[in-house]
Amino acid sequence: MYSDKVMDHFQNPRNVGEIENASGVGTVGNAKCGDIMRMYLDIDDNGVIQDCKFKTFGCGAAVATSSMATELVKGKTIQQALEVTNKAVMDALDGLPPVKVHCSLLAEEAIHAALWDYAEKHGIKIEGLEKPKSDISEEEEEEEY
Amino acid sequence: MIYLDNAATTRTAPEVVEAMLPYFSEYYGNPSSIYEIAGKSKEAITKAREQIAEVIGARPEEIYFTAGGTEADNWALVATYEAYASRGNHIITTKIEHHAILHTCEYLEKQRGARITYVDVDENGIVRLDDLQKAITPETILISVMTANNEIGTIQPVEEIGRIAREHNIFFHTDAVQAFGQIPLNVDDCHIDMLSSSGHKINGPKGIGFLYIRKGVKIRSFIHGGAQERKRRAGTENVPGIVGYGAAAKLAADTMKERTDKEKELRDHLIHRILTEIPHSRLNGDAEKRLPNNCNISFEFIEGESLLIMLDMKGIAASSGSACTSGSLDPSHVLLAIGLPHEIAHGSLRLTLSAETTKEDIDYTVDQIREIVARLRSMSPLYEDFLKKQGK
Repeated sequence: MYSDKVMDHFQNPRNVGEIENASGVGTVGNAKCGDIMRMYLDIDDNGVIQDCKFKTFGCGAAVATSSMATELVKGKTIQQALEVTNKAVMDALDGLPPVKVHCSLLAEEAIHAALWDYAEKHGIKIEGLEKPKSDISEEEEEEEY
Repeated sequence: MIYLDNAATTRTAPEVVEAMLPYFSEYYGNPSSIYEIAGKSKEAITKAREQIAEVIGARPEEIYFTAGGTEADNWALVATYEAYASRGNHIITTKIEHHAILHTCEYLEKQRGARITYVDVDENGIVRLDDLQKAITPETILISVMTANNEIGTIQPVEEIGRIAREHNIFFHTDAVQAFGQIPLNVDDCHIDMLSSSGHKINGPKGIGFLYIRKGVKIRSFIHGGAQERKRRAGTENVPGIVGYGAAAKLAADTMKERTDKEKELRDHLIHRILTEIPHSRLNGDAEKRLPNNCNISFEFIEGESLLIMLDMKGIAASSGSACTSGSLDPSHVLLAIGLPHEIAHGSLRLTLSAETTKEDIDYTVDQIREIVARLRSMSPLYEDFLKKQGK
């Protein structure tokens, strides 16, 4: 069901982990659908993404798209990172099964959420970046335990 | 490969295949024809019907072969609803039935004006008898409750349900697809009026099932176009399938005690090892009232499909109640019905044993699960949050 590239990124995910004192952190998705992605960005003074790490709760495609997304934004400027769309992530993975396309959307959203956090922390506005749609910390409160 | 998905389907037993083979190339006659080889087919069907009827204490003429458990479930519900419309339009079932029941109920509700009550289950997945009693109305014509659940293995109090149904003069149907041949079951003791079953769950072939219809229940044909099965199920009989099913039913009944004793021991060893060795894991379903071969565990902070893929890479075949394996965004309706939050339902794993499962298989599987769960947790933002809350 998955391409070799998806399987590779699932079995050997790149950049798993956390960044302490990250420039920006974004978490998207929700437990209800079974996918949560958290993206950490380390952005230098020139606005270049020096490091990117992720943690994901989700299926094989969720892990693979997170992994690929970190690869695609690493070393890029903020503006270049904004151009990493879900389609770019999917293409880089040689495609996803139709039911898993939402995972790539989540990966794109996770980058945006981390950038949004960075912008807020630094009191700047990033051209072309809108407030991310889903934020798990808000939705989590509504979950029943 | 270590195959631990026997609730999904089973390996056709070699003696079952052996019994079936002559009915493909030697005795291939149509049972409805009059020449000699057709007679052989007819005899074989009669024998299989007797073998199956004996397992549940039914009369052979009360067994009607179908293309599987799903057809039997559809037939029982739709045909009862049609035949007894003058009595009422209300059916009672549970929230944890197989989709063959639930989706048929939805069809009857939306397309045919039925009123359906989906009774709750307790935290172990056992139907609440009080709620069932309270749901009964003068319009109730049918109660359909599964004998044992396919995901969490919980065995329902079918005897009590049958008694309640009988007291109120309501028909009782049970989906016994997971229970037939696995646990002792008698249609008279449990006042069962209709019972569905499937061949491939008990080391029989796929594409064959039956509906038991108690004599006197006047439901009509669901499939039209011939006089087969006492005019109640048209279509040339699946002779090799029926023969295989008969052989499998006999085998399952003959070996039931010995086989399930061994399975229970291994199942409990499996459950014990997982619960003691893997933190934040929980058993789903009742520990005692449970199918002999079923283990269903939730691991917090991880997602089921990832676990399944990693187990597959280690040569272990299992299944999960995660949304990703169901083709929808919602996790298993059964796990939600027993009160699990979504994220824990997503992290469930079902392991179902067979007579062929060994202790070595189980030990290897637990070792692999332990490592995989740890690996997935190290990648999980939910686990990260949990550790931070713990101050670690």
